[in-house]
Amino acid sequence: MEPMACQWTDAPHSMGTTIMAVEYNGGVILGADSRTTTGVYVANRASDKITELTDNVYLCRSGSAADSQVVSDYVRYFLNQHTILLGRLATVKTASTLVKELSYQNKSFLETGLIVAGWDKYEGGSVYGIPLGGTLLRLPFATGGSGSSYLYGFLDQAWKSNMTQEEAEALVVKSISLAIARDGASGGVVRTVTINEEGVQRKFYAGDKLPLFHEEIAPRPTPIHAN
Amino acid sequence: MTKSSVIQVPPKGGFSFDLSRRNAMLQQQGAKLPKYRKTGTTIVGLVYKDGVILGADTRATEGEIVCDKNCEKIHYLAPNIYCCGAGTAADTENVTDMVSSQLALHRYATGRDSRVVTALTMIKTHLFRYQGHVSAALVLGGVDVTGPHLHAIYPHGSTDTLPFATMGSGSLAAMSVFESRYKENLTREEGMEIVSAAICAGIFNDLGSGSNVDLCIITKEGKEYLRNYQQPNPRSYTRSKGYDFMNGYTAVLSTQIRQLRQHVQVLEGDRMDEE
Repeated sequence: MEPMACQWTDAPHSMGTTIMAVEYNGGVILGADSRTTTGVYVANRASDKITELTDNVYLCRSGSAADSQVVSDYVRYFLNQHTILLGRLATVKTASTLVKELSYQNKSFLETGLIVAGWDKYEGGSVYGIPLGGTLLRLPFATGGSGSSYLYGFLDQAWKSNMTQEEAEALVVKSISLAIARDGASGGVVRTVTINEEGVQRKFYAGDKLPLFHEEIAPRPTPIHAN
Repeated sequence: MTKSSVIQVPPKGGFSFDLSRRNAMLQQQGAKLPKYRKTGTTIVGLVYKDGVILGADTRATEGEIVCDKNCEKIHYLAPNIYCCGAGTAADTENVTDMVSSQLALHRYATGRDSRVVTALTMIKTHLFRYQGHVSAALVLGGVDVTGPHLHAIYPHGSTDTLPFATMGSGSLAAMSVFESRYKENLTREEGMEIVSAAICAGIFNDLGSGSNVDLCIITKEGKEYLRNYQQPNPRSYTRSKGYDFMNGYTAVLSTQIRQLRQHVQVLEGDRMDEE
């Protein structure tokens, strides 16, 4: 056996991930974990999976890290040109349609599940899910990534329409924490982005700020040895 | 994907996968692929108070053999940007050479110093186009007008922007040192100490890494390339009589001495115009 055959250097960089976005009355909240894996090694424990497409539209990325980064770079570029041509902010529908075009037309080469969410003055807050094959589906809330499997039942029971910003934020943080607890490919911190008429607000929930569930132990500070 | 009646279009560039299935089939039947010269490697980078520090070991391997005991893994991209490379040595050398030429042309075109994100985008678009077959895992660091930057680039074209990064077969050993000792706003001495400790962890605990520690410190004032900053694996024994091979060790079958000057003819001709 080759002594130097390392899974963590040869395996593609993928984001196991839990991502989600919910609509509330006034805007949308996007949430994601922060773990990027190469095989079973955590290559980045603090990655940012919520990337900006325009001032008012953001994208949650899951699946292959390279594919999702390339798609988001192309869409950001096209939307930039579109905004200049149009003379005003792009709509969430336009952004998600562009993402869908790239995903669908290149479906044999790409492996990435995306959620586009944002706020515009015509529709208010909107969430669009674009899973693996390139379907475009507008939804009141969307989840994605390997950790989303653990959230279907929970969200069936806990989600309700017309939530306030605080309720929606709490729901997102609780959902991602539940998925992190059960999915090995999700972990790290919880990042949220709130988009509404006023603008964009980024929040960061470190591990010790997250709610604890069944059989979870409270984190303790570890002493850092100085040598 | 089935191709039933497709018009043959000339290839537009990018990797040609035509022979991949044939090679896989041959490998299954027992043919051995040539061994790549890999840099087993431990490469690291961290951001400190005044800039970035990059570190690398110096062992290059060909299968199980160490083919170069003191190779250079920290490659030049721009006066203010350097890149450590892990993976197949040919791929890292050529990608960094190519991007450094593109960056030089870009500097002439724009009239400005290169930015780290420019190098990052050039490298990631190239690697993505080759879908991971260009096996180059890089730690890119530099200081430009927007400040110090450090990025990790993976063979499939994804990138991570981090305050400290490690890559290569020794990355886990090096990351353990970083995770326990890194903090923000390190001084230059602390940073150099932590980077060398991380590379040494890779050198001593990973079979694919070894020999010496190279460092490169980049600040907005300039760069300092410390080749062989630490040499923790010196040759401890040398034969006192030396390693000469005296006459008589090899059988000489015949001797022929030819003067080379007879074969060189100097011709009078037109000089190239100097203007």
